[in-house]
Amino acid sequence: MAHPVKRSNAPVFWLLFGAGGMLAALLGPMLVLITGIAAPLGWVLPPDALSYDNMLAFSRNIPGKLFIFAVVTLFVWHAAHRIYHTLHDLGIRRNRLSMGFCYGISLAATLLAGYALVIIGF
Amino acid sequence: MKLEVMRYLPESDPEPRHQVYEVPYSDTGSVLEALQYIKDELDPTLSFRWSCRMAICGSCGMNINGVPRLACRTFLREYFPGPVRIDALAHFPVERDLVISAADFIAKLESIKPYIIPRVERDVSEGEYLQTPLELEKFNQFTKCINCMLCYAACPQYGIDPAFLGPGVIALAHRYNADSRDGAAEERMGQLHAEEGLWSCTAVGYCSEVCPKDVDPANAVNQNKMASALDYFLRFVKPGDKS
Amino acid sequence: MNVRRPYVRRMEPGWWWKNAFLLRYMIREMTSLLVAVYAFVLLAGVFALSRGDAAYRQWLDVMANPWSVAFHGLLLAVFLYHSWSWFEIMPKTLPQIRLGGRRLPAAAITWGGLAATVACCGILLGGTLWLTR
Repeated sequence: MAHPVKRSNAPVFWLLFGAGGMLAALLGPMLVLITGIAAPLGWVLPPDALSYDNMLAFSRNIPGKLFIFAVVTLFVWHAAHRIYHTLHDLGIRRNRLSMGFCYGISLAATLLAGYALVIIGF
Repeated sequence: MKLEVMRYLPESDPEPRHQVYEVPYSDTGSVLEALQYIKDELDPTLSFRWSCRMAICGSCGMNINGVPRLACRTFLREYFPGPVRIDALAHFPVERDLVISAADFIAKLESIKPYIIPRVERDVSEGEYLQTPLELEKFNQFTKCINCMLCYAACPQYGIDPAFLGPGVIALAHRYNADSRDGAAEERMGQLHAEEGLWSCTAVGYCSEVCPKDVDPANAVNQNKMASALDYFLRFVKPGDKS
Repeated sequence: MNVRRPYVRRMEPGWWWKNAFLLRYMIREMTSLLVAVYAFVLLAGVFALSRGDAAYRQWLDVMANPWSVAFHGLLLAVFLYHSWSWFEIMPKTLPQIRLGGRRLPAAAITWGGLAATVACCGILLGGTLWLTR
């Protein structure tokens, strides 16, 4: 081959992007509808659907904790990967800085979500 | 009908310009025929590539009203009453008028070894390599590529960064990798694993949209992303690892 | 005379604006900005939850603000577009799938994916109703 080529580390971020995109495509619309519209307006759901006690119980339960963690972090990783490439499309070529910015924020969000979910308790 | 044709004469033009020609309109006239009319009757200095006139040689790719198309299978009637703007195939360096330099594409095509490298060498006396219809179907659509490079002109990632291996070449790499007679997939995948390989692609999908042969290069690129991603992790646990 | 002076054309900054297909691609990519915003809305909620009742109540109050509800209306449209565009491109991103000896057509993959969205959203709503009954 013409030039020796370096293997890309993109698969790590691409898999997170794909997982987040799939989760957003399957659940996103209903999540937004429930958390942002139906619950605050008291439509369909009981008025205390997202109350402190309810959400605390949900997030202390292992499947509930994992669900919250997966939704928050994978949505962020999905968006970060797309934004990184969109910056490239708009003229900010892929570089260490834009990569560090996009994926760094995702990493920070992941750690923060993990921290919050741990101190919520089990 | 008016044709606004991109002109670039390297000996006199500092940069490309457009020249308007009036060509006779007919329902069955192609853009290629209109260009031939210009060259024969109006302006013999106009340069463009063509050969077969029937969408199989892949020579007459150009941007017609901004869309990469083969001039021979694009008809004036689609643009009536005009005008039609004709540019050299996007993203490639312009040699002269509508003639682009395909050197980059050819170099990339050669680099992925676009030929069967047999998995098991056989002597002629042993007879032919047999293949089931299913094995044929796995790669058949990718054999239809005519190297017209419309997919490169459609690909914004190639336009932004010409180091990208690009849709057509990756589709052809996949054509051989997916062939049951071939045994060189691992060799070709080396280039595909790179940032300039599969990972420059953002699944725009426009390459497949403009492909005149329904090769669907976007599918070849993106189904290899999953394979490349799995290999990225599994190479650590695969026996007989080479990287 | 043989003068070779290949002219390299640069991509114009607004390349995605001039072609309907590429414009739709850019809109699809831009949905990610609002996906990120929504993820941070949820993250704020989780963080508030970990800080106790009072902090969480503040988050709920913000969510109940009419501007917030209107903004979530926009988010809903964006997420619906995300679902649509995600499954629209899926036939190109999946390997060939064969069912009963025939290749699965592109439309079946797209509409199958959207049917899965409807099913998953139904399950999510049902689950929420069941948990908060």
